[in-house]
Amino acid sequence: MTEQNRKKSSTFSQRLLHNKLAVAGLVVVLLLFAVSIFAPAIAPYDPNAIDLKNILMPPDGSHLLGTDQLGRDILSRMIWGARISLKVGFVAVGIATLIGTILGTISGYYGGIIDMLIMRAVDLMLCFPSFFLILTVIAVLEPSIWNIMAVIGFTSWMGVARLIRAEILTIREREFILAARSQGAGDLRIILRHIIPNAMAPVLVSATLGVAGAILTESALSFLGIGVQPPTPSWGNMLTAGKDNLEYAWWLSLFPGVAILITVLGYNLLGEGIRDALDPRNYLKK
Amino acid sequence: MMMFIGKRIALMVPMLLGITMISFLVMNLAPGEPIDVLTNLNPKATAEARERLRSHYGLNQPLPVRYVNWLKRVVRLDLGYSFAQDNRPVWDKIRERIPITLTINALSLLLIIIVAIPIGIYSAVHQNSIMDRILTIFVFIGFATPTFWLALLLMILFGVHLGWLPISGLQSIQAAHAGFWFVLGDRARHLLLPVLVSAFGGLAGLSRYMRSNMLEVIRQDYITTARAKGLKEATVIGKHALRNALMPIITILGFSLPGLIGGSVIFETIFAIPGMGQMFYGAVMARDYPLIMGILLIGASLTLVGNLLADISYALVDPRIRVGSHD
Repeated sequence: MTEQNRKKSSTFSQRLLHNKLAVAGLVVVLLLFAVSIFAPAIAPYDPNAIDLKNILMPPDGSHLLGTDQLGRDILSRMIWGARISLKVGFVAVGIATLIGTILGTISGYYGGIIDMLIMRAVDLMLCFPSFFLILTVIAVLEPSIWNIMAVIGFTSWMGVARLIRAEILTIREREFILAARSQGAGDLRIILRHIIPNAMAPVLVSATLGVAGAILTESALSFLGIGVQPPTPSWGNMLTAGKDNLEYAWWLSLFPGVAILITVLGYNLLGEGIRDALDPRNYLKK
Repeated sequence: MMMFIGKRIALMVPMLLGITMISFLVMNLAPGEPIDVLTNLNPKATAEARERLRSHYGLNQPLPVRYVNWLKRVVRLDLGYSFAQDNRPVWDKIRERIPITLTINALSLLLIIIVAIPIGIYSAVHQNSIMDRILTIFVFIGFATPTFWLALLLMILFGVHLGWLPISGLQSIQAAHAGFWFVLGDRARHLLLPVLVSAFGGLAGLSRYMRSNMLEVIRQDYITTARAKGLKEATVIGKHALRNALMPIITILGFSLPGLIGGSVIFETIFAIPGMGQMFYGAVMARDYPLIMGILLIGASLTLVGNLLADISYALVDPRIRVGSHD
């Protein structure tokens, strides 16, 4: 009985912090923020300093994770690469969330023919293998970090749009919306003040998971040589060097990939944790 | 049932039109003009000659007119000519590559189904057991692993260090003069890593999905009823629960098609497999616009057909869909 009451009254952050996996994810995410912010201070070497006397050195005391084909320190490049990943992840997801929220809100709130058109556009976009679409746009534009962020954003808003629309369809019919309208609130005020704040919870989850997806996509693009361009270090383009030196230097292939894995895992665990902590079924029924 | 299929196919027409429209618009974002390829390297090309070329190719007409003209050719599968040295029709180039990409995708889809569904069922039936927890961790790691990185690691392990498997191409040099069984074995050895890698991401997703479906189903009243009337647990799970838990999987498989087809760019490039994905990557690097547009179009159409097949199979196994569909 008391246990039940405690669970019922627990807040969102209490529930989140109670979940070990979610806390692990949160720690990873916060650590990455710290690494990105303090990259210049933490990195033992200049990430772009070429040292031809020490190329392809295996991990040892002076270069903890070894050096690459130009003698650059892998660890330092990975630390600076964290900045790129974070930037791409957040900007791309920001774009996708903005587009998805606007279109999903319009679709759900107004319904009818507008809704039909927007939802068919979503279906249409989902038909394209997204990687094909991204590559096409990159071929048309130029591969640069800004284009990458924009392209990933513009090709991944569909899920958010559907999510927001579904939320709004249920919120729209609730009494407090009627109350707001009866007090003379206009569409814009109802949408911005009453509907969107109530529909944001699932968007938070999908945005957290979206950052993970965007980081994966960026690393794949950079790996293929059409993402972040060298010498700017990104985990993806560091792995390209790993592929070129597959026979001689396993450390080039191993460590940047581990960084991607842990980062994506962190965001996914955090996202799932937020989803569980927000889900009323998980704390009311137990 | 025929009504349902007919309706569903009719719905595809506007989608196909939309696909062609988006492909056409994206290609028109390209800076410069298609005729630049013909004139830029030729110092004698005057403004007048350029103008003649433009009207020859119909580029001086407004965008909608050009779209309709282009669409008329696309319907006849005339996708234009590649900018590459060989200058061959785009459709011919794509047609040669499709079987390879489809075979690998079909094999990995098969592998995903064979492995992921039992894992999902096991996890659901033994919810919160140690094995379930281990599988859950595996699933999270599977979601977070970049496939191209996994490919690199497998290549280092099995190709370089152990030397068990070839790491590029589709066949060995000897295969040209060898017997059937050697060729078959050789092909299988070449395909093993690519299929594993392309299936890996889907494995995690589908087993997770199967687990949650199964959990939902086994909590329902009719399962309790089945148990109450004394059926064996294996019968309850295998016959009563499984059927209903499997149905949504069909839709998910349909949805996963674009991801699989898109993913072929990555693993075909890494393993040097001459499929559609590798050709697409080459076309992107060479800015071969007709070829890019052709593959984009075909890729999206394949997805559409895949979704159609998924919908039809869903309707076949679930009578509620074909009887109760109002859309």
